[in-house]
Amino acid sequence: MARIGVLIEAKGGEVKKTTLGALAAARRDPGEVYALLPEPNAEACHGVLRQYGADRIVTIRTPEADISPFPDVQAAALAAAIDRFQLDALLGVSGQAGRDLLARIASIAGAPLVLDCLDIDFPSGTVRKSHFSGKTTATLRLNGRPWILGIRPNIFPEKIDPRHGDIVLYEAPVPTSKRLVIREVKQGSSGGPDVSEAEIIISGGRAVGSAENFRILKECASVLGAAVGASRAAVDAGFASHALQVGQTGKTVSPRLYIACGISGSVQHFAGMKTAKVIVAVNNDLDAPIFQKCDYGLLGDLFEVVPALTRALAPAQAK
Amino acid sequence: MKIYVCVKHVPDTAANIRPLGGTAFDETVKFIMNPYDEYALEQALRIRESGSGAEVIAVTVGKEVATSTLRTALAMGADRSILVKTDAYFTDSVETGRLLYRAISLDGFPDLILTGRQSVDTEGMQIPYRLGVLFDMPVAVNVVTFSMVEGRVTVEREIEADVREVIEMTTPCVVGAAKGLNQPRCPTLPDMMKAKKKEIRVIPQADLGFPPPIPTVELLGLQAAPDRGRGTILEGDPEKMVRELLRLLREEAGVL
Repeated sequence: MARIGVLIEAKGGEVKKTTLGALAAARRDPGEVYALLPEPNAEACHGVLRQYGADRIVTIRTPEADISPFPDVQAAALAAAIDRFQLDALLGVSGQAGRDLLARIASIAGAPLVLDCLDIDFPSGTVRKSHFSGKTTATLRLNGRPWILGIRPNIFPEKIDPRHGDIVLYEAPVPTSKRLVIREVKQGSSGGPDVSEAEIIISGGRAVGSAENFRILKECASVLGAAVGASRAAVDAGFASHALQVGQTGKTVSPRLYIACGISGSVQHFAGMKTAKVIVAVNNDLDAPIFQKCDYGLLGDLFEVVPALTRALAPAQAK
Repeated sequence: MKIYVCVKHVPDTAANIRPLGGTAFDETVKFIMNPYDEYALEQALRIRESGSGAEVIAVTVGKEVATSTLRTALAMGADRSILVKTDAYFTDSVETGRLLYRAISLDGFPDLILTGRQSVDTEGMQIPYRLGVLFDMPVAVNVVTFSMVEGRVTVEREIEADVREVIEMTTPCVVGAAKGLNQPRCPTLPDMMKAKKKEIRVIPQADLGFPPPIPTVELLGLQAAPDRGRGTILEGDPEKMVRELLRLLREEAGVL
């Protein structure tokens, strides 16, 4: 019987929602699911992990108490855990943090790695992911074990599937490497959720006109519980930071709802967001290509439509 | 001091990709240097120009046509370049990592290896990490600021919108560049003329040892990912449009 590991990402003692999707993906295999918890003091997560399908919860400890500033050490500890529990696969979330750790683990283990998976078929050992951003989909077969897989956030819905979740303590023997250290985590001023894991995104294009005007998108985002994104044109014009860019040279996203405001819809922008469940376009040009490839199009001035959307949502939130 | 910059020859991000069955696609589209690799190369050139006198060597794995991306690298300012020549367009990441490692090791001792955070074609997102383990060097990827002082490299790596890790590494090390690191230069006509005289050393893949008989990750096929069709278009009064949109999102699409 296969043993599938899931790399658990937690924030403030809570399992990230996207990680529950990874657990659901692992449960597609009839084998045993091992939830790997790199944080030893995350007891608060145990209940949720049991509820969402963990047969075993592996709490990883290392000789050094806090290994969070040492990504190499974390990766070595997880690679050692894969070996110790003879895992056939390790699944994680292909967000910014997950993909870094998964790639480190796969490189240490000399294992096949596919990040940003859109689908996993355990019996055939194949996965699907996008190539050329969203322009084509590739089918890939992983040869050799363990498979290291990162799933695209929001692709697999979380699923309640209660299991025992027996606690296993694992003391990982790891080298005390000090060649790389995270000195500090700098929090910027804008805050807000990151586009790569957001469930709703409202993005602005060149037509937004200025960095100041992005405020109307931010206001709408806050009542929608959305992240703010931007097209390459808006980023290149200096209206928004690179971190917000959606598209082939930015982030690839799969939110439940994507609202594109003043974005004409270039090939490279679509490449980054076409796997969104629902795409809404707001544009004042009926000939904009985005109207040909969206679910709902609003023909109008974004400076009127977006504030109207904010107002329409605000009372609902106040209730 | 030697800085190796790993670059990739990829279809222009504005190009449409047309699968032709199996793993083939229409390769007659315009090709460019992978955009993230431009930031890596620019950073290498700045390190050289800051007085370190480093030699900058561009390395790629690809078909013969990838020489055009090496010419671009040479025109931007790389001193010389290496092509590991393959027959197929797609090479799996583990093998690409091995080929880059072999080609660089045969050429010299890297003080720094720079590359883009990912390629925009296969998006494997793992070459910097594979190189890190092969060369036994620390690795930081998604890097938006870079400085090197007395053999220590300090970078900022973006982890979320507006959240950055400040990472310190010993050298030699591997850095995966992201957009925002710098503004890559555009080569001028004289730069392009000069580049024609610079070296492109071609190493056939087979000269670097045999790859495993089955790739670690094997590409079985490429399928077109069709766009959705024309949507429901609403027009008229903004307030009314928004009310109708919210109704559709709640009742028809079920996403709110």
